[in-house]
Order: sequence, then structure tokens, then C-alpha cells
Amino acid sequence: MLLRHTPSEVKEREALVVNPAKTCQPIGAMYAALGIHGCLPHSHGSQGCCAYHRSTLTRHYKEPIMASTSSFTEGASVFGGQANLVEAINNIFTIYNPDVIAVHTTCLSETIGDDVPQIVSKAKDDGKIPDGKYVIHTSTPSYVGSHVTGFANMTKSMVNYFSESSGTEKDQLNIIPGWVEPSDMREIKRMTGMMGIKTVLFPDTSDVLDTPQTGKHHLFPKGGVTIPELRSTGDSRATIALGQFASGPAAEALDAKCKVPCQVLDLPIGLMATDRFVDALRKTAGVSVPDAITDERGRLVDLITDMHQYFYRKRVALFGDPDQLIAMTEFLVSLDMLPVHIVTGTPGQRFEQRIREILKHDVPQVNVRAAGDSFLLHQWIKSEPVDLLIGNTYGKYIARDEDIPFVRFGFPILDRVGHSLFPSVGYVGAMRLIEKFLYAFQDRQDRDALEEKFELVM
Amino acid sequence: MVKVLEERKGQIYRKGSEPYAMECGKTSLAGSVSQRACVFCGSRVVLYPIADAIHLVHGPVGCAAYTWDIRGALSSGPELHRLSFSTDLREIEVIHGGEKKLYQSLVELIDRYQPRAAFVYSTCIIGIIGDDVGAVCKRVSAEKGIPVLPVHSEGFKGTKKDGYRAACEALLQLIGTGPAEGIQPHSINILGDFNLAGEVWMIREYYEKMGIQVVATITGDGRVDQIRRAHGAALNLVQCSGSMNHLAKMLKEKYGTPYLQVSYFGIEDMAEALYQVARFFNDTAMMRRTEELVRDEIAAVYPQLLEYRKALTGKKAAIYVGGAFKAFSLVKALRILGMQTAVVGSQTGSSEDYQQLRDLCDEGTVIVDDSNPLELAGFLKEKGVDLFIGGVKERPIAYKMGIGFCDHNHERKIALAGFVGMLNFAREVHGTVCSPIWKLVPRYSCCGGGVADVG
Repeated sequence: MLLRHTPSEVKEREALVVNPAKTCQPIGAMYAALGIHGCLPHSHGSQGCCAYHRSTLTRHYKEPIMASTSSFTEGASVFGGQANLVEAINNIFTIYNPDVIAVHTTCLSETIGDDVPQIVSKAKDDGKIPDGKYVIHTSTPSYVGSHVTGFANMTKSMVNYFSESSGTEKDQLNIIPGWVEPSDMREIKRMTGMMGIKTVLFPDTSDVLDTPQTGKHHLFPKGGVTIPELRSTGDSRATIALGQFASGPAAEALDAKCKVPCQVLDLPIGLMATDRFVDALRKTAGVSVPDAITDERGRLVDLITDMHQYFYRKRVALFGDPDQLIAMTEFLVSLDMLPVHIVTGTPGQRFEQRIREILKHDVPQVNVRAAGDSFLLHQWIKSEPVDLLIGNTYGKYIARDEDIPFVRFGFPILDRVGHSLFPSVGYVGAMRLIEKFLYAFQDRQDRDALEEKFELVM
Repeated sequence: MVKVLEERKGQIYRKGSEPYAMECGKTSLAGSVSQRACVFCGSRVVLYPIADAIHLVHGPVGCAAYTWDIRGALSSGPELHRLSFSTDLREIEVIHGGEKKLYQSLVELIDRYQPRAAFVYSTCIIGIIGDDVGAVCKRVSAEKGIPVLPVHSEGFKGTKKDGYRAACEALLQLIGTGPAEGIQPHSINILGDFNLAGEVWMIREYYEKMGIQVVATITGDGRVDQIRRAHGAALNLVQCSGSMNHLAKMLKEKYGTPYLQVSYFGIEDMAEALYQVARFFNDTAMMRRTEELVRDEIAAVYPQLLEYRKALTGKKAAIYVGGAFKAFSLVKALRILGMQTAVVGSQTGSSEDYQQLRDLCDEGTVIVDDSNPLELAGFLKEKGVDLFIGGVKERPIAYKMGIGFCDHNHERKIALAGFVGMLNFAREVHGTVCSPIWKLVPRYSCCGGGVADVG
């Protein structure tokens, strides 16, 4: 109903975005910064930006999201935001007392040309930054890249500000998990723990955005990567970065700065990507894969075997963030499904190339677009229908309009729970995803079944 | 006592023997975790329920993405307002200007959707790069033959209130451009109801039962053609004073239309909102119909309200909402349920608003302007409240502290206006305050805690 005006004929648009499949950089920087222990993200711009990011993250994670703002007024926009930021730093340490303030810019402060490092050093000179406390920053103009870029930029800033090389190698690996859920970060730590590998995971939002109800409101929950851990990343044996778009820049910066060799892998979503992740861990850390992990893999393979007839040649449309989509596309193909329409809002030609590469044998004519929007996706679906739609909550409009089974995956998910509590990564995460796909297909089959064909055993 | 910054002390008042003195209308302290939003937010929430118009956000994609259908403003017909349109400015336009892109976007949208009007929202960046949005709108309007209205809502140009003002200015340009023929003498416009959960439909029905013609609903379930002839109505009714008083004042000045401030929340205020109108038209038959209506509606809900009151008597509530006017009705409605308001605050209240809250509340009540999560959590604990009424960002704070919560803002899914709305409210409050979960989890009252770790 809502989208009934969407025409199936695709006309190239140059100027207009309809129903975006992305949002802007600062929210990604805010999410990444929440993955540092004792960190208060700070938005250097107007109040609205900070309010919107906090609301969106609150709706997605169902957790209190703390972040401060420079509260720009007209004066600040004309004369620069230096006074606001210096005052903000002073107030934040006085009232909230975080270990770190992670400043990110907005389109406004970027365009008026505020030099954040210079302002921070002035605050330091003026004694506004207490000893042992830190102010880091990253540049996140909203008119460049997307929310994924903002996440990547803030993660890279963690390296730029904290990573140090003492010359003595530590027996630990860095893992940069990319923009995944707290549940995924917890799962990655569980897997490396099972393999007996010491890791520094950054950022790490587990125990920050999936906290227990304790009867208290903790301004700074117990989770997050600590400053000493971030420092030590320069001494780690190697870095494994998951997702080129969200984690690649930080991994490469760490290699350049501290000579820590890095491998950039796909997000470990699905069987093959998880295999590559486990193998990379095994080789890099010099450990063997324990039976418990092999058994998890075996259960996943068993589940696929049991249910493979339900996936056969199912046509899928998906939209979301590039790292998620790349891994998901490969996973779907391994289940014998056909991803036929794929859209990310995040710009980047590499994305389209990667998707075409994965699909060259199975779906050579794939519709794929970087810097697309969900209106385009809807048009493609209207021309060539699919059996399943995968994407964030906003996909529900298309799913309802076209009457397609829908699995929520990605960011943001505003109308369901579970994503922050149950993982999508690893073998266990793959089993959960399969469960969701199956439910979508089988619930649909039951719903549509004729009376005489409605059966107990499926 | 909750620790607050020296600069904020004037914005917190405890009702007691001291005379009222409240600082408000200040810009937020830089560095605060403020619950406030920006000018653009104000304009967007006011205008976007106009369902047969295009709402194009001119700026980088974020401003459009974050406001895409976040508030269930329902329409009985077209749903154009629920789509998200953005010019998605990139670096190149920030350097060379975005006017061309804006023009192309508008033309394309109008050709595709044939809307009755288009609103173009200027975001922060437009104010900085200096696009002449007014000129582009004028040009497109002339070419396409529909009103294309610029909304000057650059985020940094003030507070959410200034955004309301910008929205009202845009509406004023629209009103008076349609025919006023066929409008009865007993006619009204409903201003400042945004039709969350279908509330404006209920209110409209009450007035129609009284024998009144509703010319335009501004802006919930709004239509451009209705709004264009709104100047023909005999009376304007303003519910959300923060957002719509300005428009009512301008309409009074320009067209001489009188206006009344009303509230549709709680049975007392709802009944009074209907009586006010009947008194205004000074029509005996209408007054009789109104009395019957109120009597029947109250009779239908009151016995059930008393049931909820039994369970809720003696419980305490905290209120933190956007506009202060809403808080008056909430305090009264909670009182009907036997509950006391221990903390009440708003993001944008005026001095008069806070004075009125002071008169309304009991001794010891904390009244607060432009608060932040840390302070709010501190007040909840200090006062030992059982219920927090607020918006999106307040909900998880309440839950983490083991306190019930009721959303009275964007995420409201059931109608809280009208007589039935009071019953819905009572049911919602009962559901959360008396939830069995609170027996199974710790609550603030049994823990200690410092300033940065409010428990």
C-alpha cells in the first residue's frame, strides 16, 4: 500500500535518493566509540545530529546510548566551534568523568573547517584534559561515504591515537570485528577462547550494548576494549580484520604504524567465510582447531544437509552494508540460493566487483548496485520477483507490498529483538540464519497451503 | 541529592517554600548529554504528517534517513509522507552548491508522484554553503503549478522550537491560497495534533458530533487542499502549544481568526476542550449535545478507570517530555489514577509553563528544564518513582533501573487522546507499573551508587 507508487520501469536518477539504504558517517563513529571502555562519544556539531544518532542506536540496541554534543548555535557556525569544544571537554570531564572522549565531526563542523586536533591540543594546554584521560577524534563529514565509513574512520583513529610498538612482540592477535552486533563480538571472543588464543578485539561493544538489568543505570558499562589493550595492539603478532569496508583501514594503519602484519578477511558469516576465519586464526596463532569447533561446524553441515531441498534455487533480494552483503551473498550461494538483486547505499565500485566475482557462475546477470537505494531495489523486485528479501527493518515496506517472506538482518533493526543477543557470525551464527530463512519459507508455505495440502510433516 | 553542575542549578526547581525562579530557554551546555534535538527536527515533525505532499530533505542523507517514518503519523488516504526523499549531498555539491541537484530532484519527484505540494527542508549544511532554496522552490513552483515551499530549518539556527516556527511560516504561506466557500459558521481547524495512533480521527469525531465542521487538521492526517482553505474556519484550536501557537497567532493577525488552547489528554482536559468550543459558539443546542457526549463517554470509561486506580494509588511518577504543555495534562491524568508526580521536566518549556507546573504539582516535586540522562536517573532514584513517562532515549534508562515506562512521544502506538485514550493510558500505566518482572529484578532503591553510576 505504502509503496504502491513504485514503478517497475527503472529510470536512471542522478540527483535523488528515495528510501535510502544507508545513513551518514557520524552514527558509525558513535557506535565504534561505544566499543571503547569508559568512552563518551562526542558529536561536534548541532544538537540534532547527536539526538538522532542516540535515538537510532537506542531503538536498535534497546540500551541507553550515551553521547554528548557541542551544541552548535548560529554563533559557532560563523565563528567556528573552538569555544564550544573546549567548553564541552571541560564539562564532560567534570560531569561524566569518562576515560576517553571520542570526538567525531558532522557535516557542519567539517564545512566550517574546525581543526579538531588543534582545538584538542589547546584544551590540553589549558589544562582541561586531566592526567591519564584522553581525547581522540575522527573526521566524519556526512557528505562522504556512509555510516560504514564513519565506523571505519573511528576504528582507524583508535590505532592512530593508541597503538604503540614497544619492540617486544606479545603472544596475542588483534581482531577488528567490523560493524557487527555485540552478540557477534561475544561469539568471536568465544571462538578464539575455545582455540586458546589471546586476542585484543576492537572495538568491542559486548557488555556495553547488551548489558544485564541490574537496577542501576551505568553511564559506562563494564565492556569495551581498554586503553592498555588498545596500546598493546602495536605489539601483537598479527591483525585479522573482518570486512574490508569497516575494518580494512584500521588494519592497514596498524601495519603502517607498528608493522603488525594484517589479513583482511570477509566477515565470518556462513560456512565458508567462517572456515577461512578459523583457518586464519589457526595458522596465525599456531594452534590446532579443537574438536569442539569442528563439531560445531559438523552440526552446521548436518543442518544444511537435512534442509537443503528448501533452499534449492530460491531467488533472494538483499540490501544493507557492503561487508555484510559480501559474506551473505557467498553464504546464500553455498546454500544453493540465488541472490539476484543486491543493493548497498554505501558508495564503492569494489563492492560491485566483489559481488560479481562471487556470483559469476551462479547468477552472472545479477543486479548489483553500490550507492543505490531501496527504491531501486523495489523496482528490480517488481520486474523480476524473488522468494525472499533480506535487509534491515525498512525492508518491511517492500516485503508487505510485494508479499515476500522477509528476514531482518543488518542495521538498523527497529521492530524486532534478538540481533544484539544471538550471533550471526561463526558456525553457530550460520545455524541461526538458516533457522530464520527456513522459518520464513516454511511459515509462508503453511500460510499459502491449500486446505487439502496443509501437512504436518514438512 | 543529585549532583548538578553550577551552570544548571537555575534550571532545576524543587517546589517548597522558596519563590519560583526558573531559568529556561537557554541553549544547552556544550558537552552535555542533552535530550534535545535541532531546528530541522522541529520542522520535520510538525510538517511531515501532511500526507499528500512531497517532503524533500535537502542535505546529506543522514537527516532524511533518521527521520524516515519514525513517528506513526497516520493517514486515512495518501501516504506520500511516509517515504524518505533526500538530495543526498556529496562532497562535490558542498563545494559547488546543491541548487542544481535540488532542482532536478524536485522536478523528478513532482513528475512521478503528482503531489499537491512540496516542502523542501534546509539542513545545517545548506545554511553554510548558501544554496538559494527559496529561488529554486519558486522556479519549480512556477513550472509545475503547485506550491513548493522552502522550510528554513538549518539545524544550528536555534532549538527545536525555532523549527516549529519555520514550519508555521511555511504553513502560513499555504493557508489562504484555497477557496473558503462552503464553510459553515460553526467551523474549526484542529492545530497541533499529529494523528499518532489515529488520535485526530477521534477528536474530529467528537467535534462533528457536536455539529461542528472541521475544515483542516494541521497537520495530522493533513491534506494540502484542506490547509489552503483553513483561513475560512471560524476558530482555531491549538493542542500542542509549543509547535502551533505561533501559527494560531499569525492567523489571528492575518485573518482575524480567534484561537483557543486546548488539551485532548485526560478526561478533565478533554471535556473542557469540547466545552470551550461549545461556549465559544454560544449555541444552546450545541452545548446540550456536548454535555450528552461528555456524559456518555465518561460513563463508558470511568468504572474501568476506578479499577486501575485501586492498583495504582500511591505510586509515584516522573515525567520528562518535549513540550511542557503536555506535562500539565499528564500530571492531572496521573492524579485521576491516584498517582503523584514527583519529577516533571521538559526540553523546551517557557517560564510561564514552569510557573504553571509549579502551581499544579505537590510539595517537593522536582521541576527541571533541559535535563540529561545522569540527572534524570538521579531524580528517579532520589524520589523513588515507579513510572517514567518520556521518549525514545529515556525508555532503556528506566528499564535498566527497574522502573516502568510509558512513551508519550514518537513511539506511542495506542491512542492516548480522548476519553478512550485515558482508559488506554490507565491500562498502559497499569501494565508497566504492576508488571511481574519488577518482582524478579533489583530496583534502584536497594542499591548504592555514585554520581557517574547512578543506581
